Amino acid sequence: MLRSLLFVPGNSPAMLLNADIHRADGIILDLEDAVAPDQKDAARILVRNAVRTLQYAVQALIIRINPLDTAFCREDLETIVPLRPAFIMPTKVAGEGDIRALDQMLREIERKNGVEEGVTRLLALIETACGIENAYAIARAPRVRALMLGAEDYTADLRAIRSRESGEIAYARSRIVNAARAAGIDAFDTPFTDVNDVDGLLNDAQAARALGFSGKAAISPRHIAGINAAFSPTAAEVRYARQVLDVIEEAQRLGRGAVSLRGKMIDKPIVERARQTLQMAHALNMEVDEL
Amino acid sequence: MNIIRTAACGTLESSDALITVAPGDGLQISIQSVVLRQFGAQIEASVRDVLRELEVTGAIITVEDRGAVDCVLRARCETALRRAAKEE
Repeated sequence: MLRSLLFVPGNSPAMLLNADIHRADGIILDLEDAVAPDQKDAARILVRNAVRTLQYAVQALIIRINPLDTAFCREDLETIVPLRPAFIMPTKVAGEGDIRALDQMLREIERKNGVEEGVTRLLALIETACGIENAYAIARAPRVRALMLGAEDYTADLRAIRSRESGEIAYARSRIVNAARAAGIDAFDTPFTDVNDVDGLLNDAQAARALGFSGKAAISPRHIAGINAAFSPTAAEVRYARQVLDVIEEAQRLGRGAVSLRGKMIDKPIVERARQTLQMAHALNMEVDEL
Repeated sequence: MNIIRTAACGTLESSDALITVAPGDGLQISIQSVVLRQFGAQIEASVRDVLRELEVTGAIITVEDRGAVDCVLRARCETALRRAAKEE
């Protein structure tokens, strides 16, 4: 279960060495914005060596590459495809065509490096108005297994004013979640950029979870605990889910049709949500029976 | 790989190393490190490994180490060598 994904600058040895100690479910080693143009070569080689040597203890290792329309993109792929990260993160994905071009490049590189063709998976970063409009086509494109919203570039593209409350990205968030769920893949929310505003982070993460996001990116280790908490079921939610399944089992045993719990009718979507909550609780090793 | 000009990679920040490479006859390696006594031989061995892998036979290499672990040291060395060998 990927709740929190921590961005780690690709040319910082100290940060790379400690990338997996912050309890993030996944880490995103960044070759793009966090690296100056004249240091791209250094970051690429440093990330390659770090991944080969450090054996990161995370659920998912993700590497963010430079945009497709730069010369850096192919060099990034040549270096990182053989490392077999869980996902490669292409940036500023504007449409299905970008993914198809990337897919073609990946096929060549996989073949050349003896990597099984088609095995490299993508977490597409959508951060333009065009990308938001094409989110469903991107979600269904080859290799794409998750979408992420990048709100800073997106709001710049919109000429919107970025705010703590994030009303300006409500449409993009909903559209990305809907596109990802319709395609049967995960959706990750944009990072909260004020490192010191922990209350703001919590509100933002809870809002993202309520919309249906699977998890959220972070640019600071200080945000990981808040994101993990926001995307984990609470003890009360798990207790309620357990009760829902109990009353359903009881009703089935007694041959009853309609069932209610705490004065509310329990129907199929509520049962399905209760199952999802318990699955999450099990995945997180929450002791469901004792709650 | 032929070293045709002077180039460097890395920083003097903690956990990093600044490696400078210049054209030269044969291999000359000098190392400055706060852990020179404990790890000097290992640092030199890693640099020589990278030189061997990239088939560099002539270069002057200066390592200013700030506590870089082996994979960082090798990365900085490889990048500096590639930069020094690259045609403009």
